[in-house]
Amino acid sequence: MRLFIHQLRTEQLLFWRNREAAFFTFFLPVIFFLIFGSVYGNTLISSEHIKGSYFLEAGMIGYGVASTCFAGLGITLVVRRELGILKRVRTTPLAPITYLSAVLGSIFIVFLLEAALIILIGRILFGVPFPSQALSVLVVLLIGAVCFAAMGLGISGFVRSAEGSSAAINAVYLPMAIISGTFFTPKGYPTFLKVIADALPLTHYTKVTRDVMVHGEHIWTDWKQLLVVLAWGIAGMLAALKLFRWQPREA
Amino acid sequence: MTVAISVRDLRKSYGDFEAVKGIDFEIEAGQVFGLLGPNGAGKTTTVEILEGYRDRTSGDVSVLGEDPQRAGRAWRSRIGVVLQSSSLYPNLTPRESLRVFAGYYENPRPVDEVIEIIGLTEKADARARTLSGGQKRRLDLGLALIGNPDMIFLDEPTTGFDPGARRAAWETIRNLRTLGTTILLTTHYLDEAEQLADQVAVLRGGVIVRAGSPAELTGGASETEIRYRQAGEEILERTTDPTRRLHELTSAALERGEVLDGIEVRRPTLEEVYLELTGSEAGAE
Repeated sequence: MRLFIHQLRTEQLLFWRNREAAFFTFFLPVIFFLIFGSVYGNTLISSEHIKGSYFLEAGMIGYGVASTCFAGLGITLVVRRELGILKRVRTTPLAPITYLSAVLGSIFIVFLLEAALIILIGRILFGVPFPSQALSVLVVLLIGAVCFAAMGLGISGFVRSAEGSSAAINAVYLPMAIISGTFFTPKGYPTFLKVIADALPLTHYTKVTRDVMVHGEHIWTDWKQLLVVLAWGIAGMLAALKLFRWQPREA
Repeated sequence: MTVAISVRDLRKSYGDFEAVKGIDFEIEAGQVFGLLGPNGAGKTTTVEILEGYRDRTSGDVSVLGEDPQRAGRAWRSRIGVVLQSSSLYPNLTPRESLRVFAGYYENPRPVDEVIEIIGLTEKADARARTLSGGQKRRLDLGLALIGNPDMIFLDEPTTGFDPGARRAAWETIRNLRTLGTTILLTTHYLDEAEQLADQVAVLRGGVIVRAGSPAELTGGASETEIRYRQAGEEILERTTDPTRRLHELTSAALERGEVLDGIEVRRPTLEEVYLELTGSEAGAE
């Protein structure tokens, strides 16, 4: 436990010290919320029967989970693996499971802070009330964190070089974030985009988040959506179990 | 004598390719052991097996009394490892990195002491990404030392260094030796092995082709070279009895009232022995 706390603090130091990564994964969803909230926060989104700011708040939390737990974690793991840092950690008495738990715990903290900041900004600037089902919201956030982190672990095994890691992972998650209806409602999409959107975990996760946060629904109401997210999480975990490596690929 | 490492008939295959083909050696506690050989000779494979990082195909290996393949965390805390390429958190300073790694061990060395040993006092608070190649390597070494290990593995610790950085690293390694740390060093630089190692094994194509102290290795090559100029002519003699031959040469010259211009007596260096042993493979590097 002492080692876990030690590593968790190290991970937090490493995350905030890396300004560029902290900007893209932590601040960008917050900044987009501010920008798009100012643009169409007061516009009624007729297909969803809610104001733009309500819609965006849940959307940016969905975008946030993808940028922190999926992209941020995935890139970090590839870079550390290729720099030989993971290999070096394995030469120390620190247990691998303690190390990985701290890496995951740290990114969960980052995401929860981000979600809290988005909810706070929504309340102060755009008049979005705090969610009524606080506990359900927390559970939704944690499920998202775990599932997208599993996918982040999985994708790190597919990316070979540190240099290409942000390009490769961003190429996956940015289009996903946009298609999944985090910024705009997918209800008016042409059929081919709808088909893609329906297959993506973030589409379903954003819907669950929105239903629980905005419509005050219980988490189990959207059990079908949750199943899709979980299925993707399991797929990520299986890929990670098969492909995760401690030593650099390019050696 | 206490044996820190013992290796018996160690073999490692990758598919059909046998990288290590049955090697034996022992390292005494407190010694510096140099594993020498060209690229692809099996040095890194051997070291990674000893570090517990790779499983062997067959043979017996004991490092600090345990089988690295099965050893646990207590054993890990007694070894320090410098990998072949630098592996640092780019955004942490040496002081921060050392603190982080110190936290993994029960009885770490004080961070300031390690900073001094590796000679990074002036750069202790600069981000690792801003350090020079040599400084990064010294930080790698510092991270291997922080746990106060009994045994250190150095995989090509000075590859790519300029001569000054190289001497500084050697000095550090000598200091470690005086602290009683056992060191296994791989290198393809002969002068490095000659300067640092008590015992050397030359590895080629997965087998040890020669082993002994640097003096034994060079001493085994029997002949000494004597060079001088006489009447403007360059003369090279090889002899197995340099004392007698030199005496003859110099007394003859004195009698004639001549000077033996540019007289030079030399034993073959480890480098020459090595080139002879490893053939064109080493020459190609």
